[in-house]
Amino acid sequence: MRFSRRLLLGLAVVTVAAGSLTPAFAATVTAAVAANFTKVAEQLGADFKAATGNDVQFSFGATGALYTQITQGAPFDLFLSADDKRTATAIKDGFGVEGTDFTYAIGKVVLYSPSVDLTDGAAVLSAGAFQHIAIADPKAAPYGAAAMAVLDKLGLIAAVTPKIVTGENITQTLQFVDTSNAELGFVAASQVVGKPTTAVWAPPQDDYPPIRQNAVLLKVGAGNDAAKAFLDYLKSDAAIKVITAAGYSVN
Amino acid sequence: MPSLAEIGPPLLLTAALALVATLLLLVIGTPIAWWLARTQSRWREPIAALVALPLVLPPTVIGFYLLIAFGPNGPGGGLASLWGARTLAFSFEGLVLGSVIYSLPFMTQPIRIAFEAIGSEPLEAAATLGAKRWPTFSRVIVPEARAGFITGTILTFAHTVGEFGVVLMIGGNVPGKTKVLSIAIYDFVERGEWAKAHWVSAGMVLFAFVVVTATMVIDRRFGRLTG
Repeated sequence: MRFSRRLLLGLAVVTVAAGSLTPAFAATVTAAVAANFTKVAEQLGADFKAATGNDVQFSFGATGALYTQITQGAPFDLFLSADDKRTATAIKDGFGVEGTDFTYAIGKVVLYSPSVDLTDGAAVLSAGAFQHIAIADPKAAPYGAAAMAVLDKLGLIAAVTPKIVTGENITQTLQFVDTSNAELGFVAASQVVGKPTTAVWAPPQDDYPPIRQNAVLLKVGAGNDAAKAFLDYLKSDAAIKVITAAGYSVN
Repeated sequence: MPSLAEIGPPLLLTAALALVATLLLLVIGTPIAWWLARTQSRWREPIAALVALPLVLPPTVIGFYLLIAFGPNGPGGGLASLWGARTLAFSFEGLVLGSVIYSLPFMTQPIRIAFEAIGSEPLEAAATLGAKRWPTFSRVIVPEARAGFITGTILTFAHTVGEFGVVLMIGGNVPGKTKVLSIAIYDFVERGEWAKAHWVSAGMVLFAFVVVTATMVIDRRFGRLTG
């Protein structure tokens, strides 16, 4: 018994010490963020912290999976979806705060391959000289749905389907291509910024419905001023600069 | 309720994967278990630890290494080129290999403990009576260690059925090839089709209950054999 009491005391000391390391006035924002926005969100989070002192803790994942967690009471203040459907559903189902949703980025889907020359990506897809093409799960991931729309436009759904391998989210889809297990794959433009132009093919934007990525304040975060401040920060010129440089467009 | 078209292929695939992996592991795991049970080598503990590693490593670690090893630049790519493929990932063969690695301790551990429990007397007796190696193995060792074999087989089969992380990382969710039951459930949950997820999940719970009960009954009947 004496041992466990000492252990408790020790734990208490450690907890207090750890608590004192964070600044007294800084608040923490928790945000569920679509996987494709990972790099940009981390950058924006760091900028936001530098500007306001507030921390943003990100949980990255597939939009569908994140929304499932939110409906089950996940403690997120904000939801940065990869589409505009789930933010609308969040408000309708009573998890999001009405009137707070807006488009923070418009995504582009691109075909990417480190090994195949994609200068004419449509021709590469039609030729079909590959064994595996990686696509994010079209039912759960908006970029996967966009990829299927592009294939549909090219009339290649039937030809390509047997070769499709499905990434659980857009990050895993890129992983399949980066490890060369799949020769090519549809990913978000933001994931392959700075790659050689021959490695990336951007299908015409008219070939797929625009990927409007919406953010919404969740009821959990309705009382968190720092969360609202971060949403506003996403609309600022400084943030838009970072977002567009990363391969997205904005409204 | 999920339709037969939705649930049939994953069900068959899962059963096939678990069956193939279990049979392979019986062949691979038995000599390893025998060596671990009998050897005096100073390498015994390190090798035993290596075999047991999948018990403690997160599936993501194994899945990540396998994803790299399976690719065209890894040894798996070389192996796959034998039948004209570029990679072992996204294939049934790849899942089998991954499952064999991931379920190895579930086969070797119970068999090793059963081998150790035999002791050396039955073997010496068999040798004195002039029995050769294979007859000794098949008529003395296997019957004596049968509870270990049964437990190892059940646990391996069940563990392969329940595998998720490794398959998620190397499978690519290809219907009929790598979309096993656990992945199908994950898909249902992620797409918001919860009623279907409930059906399949409840089936899995029932299956797991039967399996665990079976191992416990065997354990009780033959005594101290699950490791």
